[in-house]
Parts: sequence; structure tokens; C-alpha cells
Amino acid sequence: MTDCNFSLAELVITACAEAWRNDGEIMATGIGPLPRLGTALAKKTFNPLLQTTDGEVYYAEEPVPPGGRAGVVEGIGNYARVFDALWGGRRHSMVGPVQLDRFGQANISVIGDHAKPKVAMLGARGFPGNSVYHPNSFFMPNHNKRAFVEGEVDFVCMAGYNPARYLGGKPPKGLDLRIIVSNLAVMDFGGPDHQIRVISLHPGVSFDEVQDNTGFELAKIGDDIPETPAPTAEQLALIAELDPNNVREKVFKDNPPGRRG
Amino acid sequence: MLDKRMTAAEAVAQLEDGMTLGIGGWATRRKPMALVREILRSDLKDLTVVSYGGPDVGLLCAAGKVKKLVFAFVSMDQIPLEPHFRNARQAGTIEVAELDEGMFHWMLRAAAMQLPFLPTRIGIGTDLLNQQGITFKTVTSPYDDGEELIAAPALHLDAALIHTHRSDEKGNILTMSPDPFFDELFCRAADKVYASTERLVSTEDLDMRENGRFALVERARITGVVEAPYGAHPTSADPDYQLDLGHLKTYAGSAESPEAWAEYKARHIDGGEAAYLEAVGGADAINALKKPAY
Repeated sequence: MTDCNFSLAELVITACAEAWRNDGEIMATGIGPLPRLGTALAKKTFNPLLQTTDGEVYYAEEPVPPGGRAGVVEGIGNYARVFDALWGGRRHSMVGPVQLDRFGQANISVIGDHAKPKVAMLGARGFPGNSVYHPNSFFMPNHNKRAFVEGEVDFVCMAGYNPARYLGGKPPKGLDLRIIVSNLAVMDFGGPDHQIRVISLHPGVSFDEVQDNTGFELAKIGDDIPETPAPTAEQLALIAELDPNNVREKVFKDNPPGRRG
Repeated sequence: MLDKRMTAAEAVAQLEDGMTLGIGGWATRRKPMALVREILRSDLKDLTVVSYGGPDVGLLCAAGKVKKLVFAFVSMDQIPLEPHFRNARQAGTIEVAELDEGMFHWMLRAAAMQLPFLPTRIGIGTDLLNQQGITFKTVTSPYDDGEELIAAPALHLDAALIHTHRSDEKGNILTMSPDPFFDELFCRAADKVYASTERLVSTEDLDMRENGRFALVERARITGVVEAPYGAHPTSADPDYQLDLGHLKTYAGSAESPEAWAEYKARHIDGGEAAYLEAVGGADAINALKKPAY
């Protein structure tokens, strides 16, 4: 049990780590400090088989702190090798798209029209391939209707469970969307026809608040939705060790507590 | 004696308006920036640029050299959104064909293998299939599975520019950074390849028996070799030197207004490479750059 204080960031790291619990020996990629610390926490606790990188080119024996440097490296992950590996399916990424829709379709390319966007962002990057070759999860730091959009995302970079876009009437082979961790709740795709479903609410958050900040209808795991498990004292100590530069404090404005007062 | 040495200006003079031009490297890593800056000093125009984009794409956009961009991203990593690319996209002044990063090299590979396409699942379920700049067709597996796949078309390049660590005058090149990215495929997909290099050395000094694994491609693919020390700056040529985040910030600031761009161009482009190196602090400053942490 824990009665100790924990931040929202630490709650999120703990929830993100769960994504990789049952993955076995695969490459775990967390984009952004909290998902990355989630991979590190998973590796240091319930899934030591995970392979993680230094964020550049080497697989590191031990998780590399955000903004830190790898100690002993155990392998090379140059980009050609990364694509070869991910096309074999043994990877689970957690990414942070700008928009996500009810199908799990994700966008990091543009807001507005593709030919002349209102806002040009990164481009599709590896999202299209990732989405049809290995499991993917999401971290959404601002749970609101601009992020969880009504209708479809402006440019579908990552395939989702959208029958209108299936080839041959079947979901793309390899499509496997797992969990969504936001600043309010944890969700999965376990509702009817892969409907996004709330599986836990962060301490002090109601389902109605989550629904009101989402552009589409959410399912519930049950009438009583559990609370997102608070980090244990052991997990908090590990997180502090894995993030000595305290990068986690800067992710959410004013570093709010994990349990709303 | 085979001698492919040339100046950057001579290499750029061999490029033509309207060409499809591949640029090697990745975002802020080992971009042939000296050659790109030389394009900015030339009259070359209407290029179709193919790149894992960083400030190479941004500079060419800022200078109005780009008719069409074939890309999966344009980013400067620590500065995620490339501001000149962003300005060009939001003004609608460039056409685009947007790809997935992996599909991108698959399409270069198809060109390298002289095939019309290579099959892939990538793109299925996404808006890559619904854009003006490129049309993807599907192909059905002729085997029992009958799977419908994307036929990713060959991405043929008229010319490619890459930056290397060492070369001899014959075009035997060494690329010694831990990640070679897809420079080999850029070379193989292109009719002509111009390689800038940190240092020209003798064939013997390449020490190919020891360094053979760093040789990406055989010299028959290399058209011209341009000695350009610090020619990847402000991107990195690890292990020789690291990216210059300070300069990348200066460069990013040049997208804030036409005046800021004019000032950057006057100070960093128009005067030639020697003036550029002096303006960014010279060899000692570049050698002292610290390796970034990710």
C-alpha cells in the first residue's frame, strides 16, 4: 500500500509501464519522457526481458535516463535494423499523437488540409508502418476534444479499427492497438467493435469528466470503473532512480499531484 | 588515373532544373550541407527533393528551390518542427508526397533493384493513400494467401547528394558514423551521386581491409567527390563532430521573418563556405561541440 505523495507524472509512468507487462522479449519504445520512463520501469520490475535503446542508435543494457547517456550497450539499432526488426513484429511502441479518433487512428502530420495545412507538424514518420506491424499504445498528455477528436483525425498516419478504410473487408494484418494513457484515465480498445473503453480513472477523476473531454462516445469496463493504481513506494523509488534529472516534473504544468486534492 | 574530385560549385553545375534530387543523412545527422548551401548560391530551381528531412529541406524551401518534396518527416530532433519547411507547407508553396519512413527506403530499394515496385502492408488504413502528390496502387498476392498489398512504387533519383567521412579521389568512400542511415540506397537509386567528404585521403590510407564495413557502396556509383571539411555542419558527422544546437537555433530564428532570413542568408550562405565556417566559429568551435543526449 502507498499513502505517500506521488505526482500525476509518476502515476502516468506507472500506468504506461503496464503496457509492456506481458510482452516478453521485445523492443520497447516509449516516445517522450513519461512513456520512456514507463519502459524503464517495466524493464526494472515485471519485464526484465525488454530491450530499450539510448534514444539514438544503441540498445542499452540498463534503461537510459531521459537526457542521460547509456552505460554498457548491448546491441546496435541503426534505422535500417530498426525497420527490419519492427517488420518482424517484435516491438511495442507508445507514441504521443496530436490527434486520436474513435477508431484509434492517429495524426502527427498536419492540422487542416494536407495540400495547404493550417498547421504543418512532423509528417507521418514511421506511424503507418508501425501501425500494421506491431502493437502500439498511446500517451495523450492533454485529454480534451482537440486531442480526442470527433469524426476522423485530419490526416490518418496510423491505421485504426475503421472498417471504411480496410482493404478486403478485414482489419490490416498486424494492427494491434493496446492502451491509451491520458492525464485523466487509462483506456483500451476492448469495447464492442474495438470501441475505446475506460479501464481505470485517475484518482479523483469521474467518468463524466473524461467523457465530457472526449469527442466521441466512450465505453466503460463496468459500472464501477477502478481507480488507476497508485505507484507503490518501491516504484516511486525506482522512478526517482531512473529519472535523476527530474525530467518528469516538467511534463505537466506545475507538476500536479497524482491524487486530486 | 581516375580522378572524380571537383568543387561544390562544379558538382552543383552538373545538376539541372526540375531534377529529382535525393539528399542523404537523417534530420540533423550527416546531411551534405555544404552541397546544399552551394545549391542556394546557384540558379538551380524547381527541384523535387527526396529526403529524411532536416535543415537541408528547410534551407531549400527558404530559398524557393523546391517544387515538390518527397518525405516522411522534416525535423531537427531537438527542435522538432522545422520552421522553414513549416512556412512553405502552410503557405502551400510546395507540392508534397508524404511517405512512411520505412516505406521510403523500400521505394529507394525498388529503384536500386530496377523494379517497378516492392510490395508492403505499409500505408494500408492511412491517408498516405489519399493525397495529391503520389498515387499508391494495390497488388494482390498471387499465392494462396491472396493478400491485397500496397505496391510501393520505385523512387528513382536523377541525382543524390551524400556526406561521407573519407574518400579517395576515385570515389571509394567511408561512412563511419554508427548509423549509416539510407545513404547506400540513395546512391543505388540515383543516376549520379555527388559525395562530399570530410577528408580526401589516398586509397591506401582508406585502409579498406580494416574499414571495409564502413564502405557503403562501390565507387562505380559515385560521380563526383567534393572535399568539404565540416561539410555536414550544423548537422553532425559523428564521430568527427557533433551537431551544433546553438547554430540550429540561430538558423531556426531565421524563419521568423523575411528580414531574418535575408540576414541569415547574407551572413551564412552568400559569402561561400570559408566565410560560413568563420561565421559559425571555425574548426575549433565545431570540434568542441558536445555529443547531445537523447
